[in-house]
Amino acid sequence: MAETQPRLELEAVSKQFGGLHAVEDVNLRLREGGRHGILGPNGAGKTTLFNLITGVLPTTSGRISLFGQDVTRWPTHKRTAMGMARTFQITSLFPKLTVLDNVLLAVQGLRRMKLMMFRPLASYKDVYEKAEKLLTDVNFWHLRDQQVRNLSHGEQRQLEVVLGLASDPKVLLLDEPSAGLATGESREMADFLNSLDKDLSILIIEHDLDVLFGVVSQITVLHYGKVLLEGPSDQVRNDQQVNEIYLGKG
Amino acid sequence: MSRLSSELKQVFWVIAAFGALGAVTPFFDDYTQTIITRALVFAIMAMSLDILMGYTGLRSMGHGVYFAFGAYSTAILVTKVKGVGLLTLFGAGLGLSFLVAAFLGFLAIRAVGVYFLMITLSFSMVVWGLAYRWHTVTGGDNGIAGILPPPLFGISLQNPVAFFYFTLGVFLICLGLLYLLVKSPFGKTLVGIREGEARMKMLGYNTWLHKYLAFVISGTFAGISGVLWAMLNRFIAPTDVELVTSVEALLMVALGGPATLVGPAIGAAIVMFLRYWVSTFIERWYLILGATYIITILYAREGILGKVEGLLAWRKAGREAGAAIPRVQKQPEEIRT
Ligand SMILES: Nc1ncnc2c1ncn2[C@@H]1O[C@H](COP(=O)(O)OP(=O)(O)OP(=O)(O)O)[C@@H](O)[C@H]1O
Ligand SMILES: [Mg+2]
Repeated sequence: MAETQPRLELEAVSKQFGGLHAVEDVNLRLREGGRHGILGPNGAGKTTLFNLITGVLPTTSGRISLFGQDVTRWPTHKRTAMGMARTFQITSLFPKLTVLDNVLLAVQGLRRMKLMMFRPLASYKDVYEKAEKLLTDVNFWHLRDQQVRNLSHGEQRQLEVVLGLASDPKVLLLDEPSAGLATGESREMADFLNSLDKDLSILIIEHDLDVLFGVVSQITVLHYGKVLLEGPSDQVRNDQQVNEIYLGKG
Repeated sequence: MSRLSSELKQVFWVIAAFGALGAVTPFFDDYTQTIITRALVFAIMAMSLDILMGYTGLRSMGHGVYFAFGAYSTAILVTKVKGVGLLTLFGAGLGLSFLVAAFLGFLAIRAVGVYFLMITLSFSMVVWGLAYRWHTVTGGDNGIAGILPPPLFGISLQNPVAFFYFTLGVFLICLGLLYLLVKSPFGKTLVGIREGEARMKMLGYNTWLHKYLAFVISGTFAGISGVLWAMLNRFIAPTDVELVTSVEALLMVALGGPATLVGPAIGAAIVMFLRYWVSTFIERWYLILGATYIITILYAREGILGKVEGLLAWRKAGREAGAAIPRVQKQPEEIRT
């Protein structure tokens, strides 16, 4: 049964830093299984928009709803609990912990046992099995005892996404998942994203156009915090203005 | 699993070491015995601070506060209430520390870094001021004397060796409970917060709650050391709960090895021996304290235990070279496009 309401809805969302309008009057809807891209030059306000959606920063005005609930004033962890997850543009894993510990922390994030104090974590078989499955799916199981800081950049980018998926989110926000990846690695990332559950709604910021057009069906173009254009990816790809200004393909 | 067996090995060595300590201590002279017991009392304080400082990454200068509440509540109960038992003393000391930590946590947890340090430092100052000024309750400058430990199941604890074993027992219980805590799911979340709080929030953790709980648990355990301290010395005065007490606890953790539990206990032993031995030769022993701290920060940020562990891992890697080459550390460049 398809959900009727959008999973994520932004209505006239704005954010000002002093005099700077980082995000201005942005509207956006993301439905079940929706794959939505955000495009825009450096400083367009893309990451800030994610910070607003996830509650890292408070909005200046506007309304954010998740699954029909107004969450505009909610703290981050409560929004996550609704079924949202996010990855970061600048890798923000737990560098001194092992790969397995990173994933375990992600897996238990929405489970009540996270507050359990007098039973070893090692005794929670279901949590370990989930972590093992997540790591096996991306062929990382053999790396489980490595400290994350010793992984390659590409491996770290992939682990970012694994952490995002660990809580079985319904809405996933990806902030430049292929940042700094080689071309081959970017393609793998795109394939990986396409292999995810079709019901998962994804909002993705991505500068790599091959990845972006390969993954999304709908794109919003941001320009100085404002929506310049929104439409199906084909339309955006062929838009004169977008091509001239942002894609540099005149 | 090899990780499990290496952990069991560690537990075995720790138990063996404290068993040995229990076996040899009665043969030492009185003075050394007292220092060992004092070191154990402070070890409880250092381990409790380790939960906050080592595991959660919150440096507190306020641990003397719980020590003070534990010590003064014991002193007052023993001297004012006839026939008061150990259970009441620990109940009162722990209960008070718990309540005080639960209250102070509300004020402190929102602050980070140096602000957290300053706020907790101010708690220390306030409590020292209370001990010093509130004559009618604390005896002010004169302190409270005659804090004789009540018997344990009919066994007198007034003999120094008996009190040593009692302290060792309490210490091991605390170590056991705190070990369980750091191995628990909750314990892991504290490390996660230390390593990346923003990510933890994004993963669905109410990090404020976790830090607050760590703060309260840490403070409550520190109260135990105060209760023991008062009975051990049979005397308590404002000098026992000065800011220096909090600073010493900080040094014990830094010196021994943050986030290792046993490390801070070793740190406690070192600082206590420095305090009571060196101070007999050198007037200004705080200079030694300060110098030790600076040397630790400069040359052994991971503390003594961390250094030893590092050396062991390095030797092991050397032995296994060829079989498994340790991965070289690649520094991922930070890329913003
Ligand atoms: N916390 C903040 N305080 C003040 N200004 C900020 C803050 N965060 C972002 N900005 C500013 O807001 C604008 C938008 O930044 P944002 O990081 O959202 O851009 P972006 O579209 O993600 O760019 P990039 O492609 O480089 O990642 C920039 O001018 C930035 O300097
Ligand atoms: Mg950005």
